[in-house]
Amino acid sequence: MGMTMTQKILAAGAGLESVKSGQLIQSDCDVMLGNDITTPIAIKEFEKIGRDHVFDKSKIVIVPDHFTPNKDIKSAEQCRMIREFVRTKGIKNYFEVGEMGIEHVLLPEKGLVVPGEIVIGADSHTCTYGALGAFSTGIGSTDLAAGMATGKCWFKVPGAIKFVIDGRPSNFIMGKDVILHIIGLIGVDGSVNKAMEFCGEGLAFLSMDDRFTIANMAVEAGAKNGIFPVDEKTLTYVEAHSTKKYRIFEPDGDAEYDKHFRIDMSVLRPTVALPHSPGNAQPIDAIEDINIHQVVIGSCTNGRMEDMRMAARILKRKRVAKGVRVIIIPATQGIYLKALEEGLIETFIKAGAVVSTPTCGPCLGGHMGVLAKGERAVSTTNRNFVGRMGHRESEIYLASPAVAAASAITGRITNPEEMTN
Amino acid sequence: MKVKGKAFKYSDNVDTDLIIPARYLNTSDPEELAGHCMEDIDPTFVKEHNPKDIIVAGKNFGCGSSREHAPIAIKAAGISCVIAWTFARIFYRNAINIGLPILECEEASKKIEYGSVIEVDFETNDIFDLTKNQKYSAQPFPEFIQKIIKAEGLINYIRESMVKTEIK
Ligand code: SF4
Repeated sequence: MGMTMTQKILAAGAGLESVKSGQLIQSDCDVMLGNDITTPIAIKEFEKIGRDHVFDKSKIVIVPDHFTPNKDIKSAEQCRMIREFVRTKGIKNYFEVGEMGIEHVLLPEKGLVVPGEIVIGADSHTCTYGALGAFSTGIGSTDLAAGMATGKCWFKVPGAIKFVIDGRPSNFIMGKDVILHIIGLIGVDGSVNKAMEFCGEGLAFLSMDDRFTIANMAVEAGAKNGIFPVDEKTLTYVEAHSTKKYRIFEPDGDAEYDKHFRIDMSVLRPTVALPHSPGNAQPIDAIEDINIHQVVIGSCTNGRMEDMRMAARILKRKRVAKGVRVIIIPATQGIYLKALEEGLIETFIKAGAVVSTPTCGPCLGGHMGVLAKGERAVSTTNRNFVGRMGHRESEIYLASPAVAAASAITGRITNPEEMTN
Repeated sequence: MKVKGKAFKYSDNVDTDLIIPARYLNTSDPEELAGHCMEDIDPTFVKEHNPKDIIVAGKNFGCGSSREHAPIAIKAAGISCVIAWTFARIFYRNAINIGLPILECEEASKKIEYGSVIEVDFETNDIFDLTKNQKYSAQPFPEFIQKIIKAEGLINYIRESMVKTEIK
């Protein structure tokens, strides 16, 4: 029987002729990632193993992005511990404040991940790199520690669900609407332990930024990974960002999928996930008047260049509603600079938004926009769990940058189609 | 080995932000994390649970982030076992990797009630509901996972085997 795209990459990584769903394998890893929250535990566990060196200094990537620039003494201590580890072990890819960005936006931008690779990261949104046709998945700190010592990780080979994407999306439809729609359709446990493999003619209408957004939220459906085929767009992106060798894998014609779904983007509406689950996705037309206090545009889901451009397109020559705090966070220094050069930052500031240095910040209720009791936010992030952005009685509505920017202007959840420029 | 304790029962999709909110992730100290365990889903948990008590939940327990702080907080709070219908993937790995006992059992997850006294036998994977006088059988773990459990976590397992590629 044939293998899925994910299975083919895993078989290659494990040095096996073939693998099948459910099989436990041990595979070599090409990239291992940690951040300022997960790396400190990994360091403690690494030290217990009793090896004084890491398996490969160039394959480990550490990005302090969650509570940085450090928000308090405790998080500063965690970063100090990381810096010390990076220095003594000679780890090459460490990105300090000033050159950092949100990890899952930064790694592709720096060309650190390419098609066909196996990537593990002590962060659940490591699945983002599936957009590049890599197998990438979130693991825990202890897995990272073991990986840093041995270069390997154990996996249970996943089965897969196939998503055939068709149709041309309308003007304001973004990757975020596609993935929110899918999670609404299959549920937050709709793909537990499985790969989400995307294909279809509609992919031609999805930019790399759209694909990163979609792969990013595969974990919100419980998936082990989300993955896109490698096409012209992927290769153009990879060649512009990386000199690493890549490998293109394709699923076998007779690969078996547990389920099939067909998504017609031509009928997709701007989609919002209501509190407190990414699975509570609704087309915007079904949502009544909901007043908001805060808008966040950023994160590893939607802090990319096209997200900034979409927000600016809607906010141009407009003012944000009185009483609404709008926080815009370009995900990397590179994006920040580009947004500055294109005049987007000026648009944001003139509209009454604040613009922050790259950080996860409000996405996890860390800093830079924590919600008080009873407050509501429209956010382009990926999780609207209870207490995720602050008080346990605050509410998060997940949406695209287009919906978020439109809502910033009106002060209530708003369809971007209503905005005329 | 057997453990016995009172059941703290929760629903489906208990996410890692409920188990340990991100606002406490500026530390990785187990004791400190344990002090905020389950805070946003059950503010009384920390005060009311006793060492050896058991958490019972529905489907997809531990969904969300990869933070190992979640199983660490539960383990440091003294919880002797988490029983769920299913676990989210990364939480499952993390629990096994750090040596927090977990069991998957649909029947136990559905039938055990808040406050019931539960005994778990890790040799047989049997779960005894002493309040209802019922027995449920949990899924056995695959052999490779059993080895990690036996070593009380991945780090010990690696130290012991120093990575022989012995997974079949
Ligand atoms: S932006 Fe949010 S979801 Fe993404 S890595 Fe940071 S905290 Fe996690």
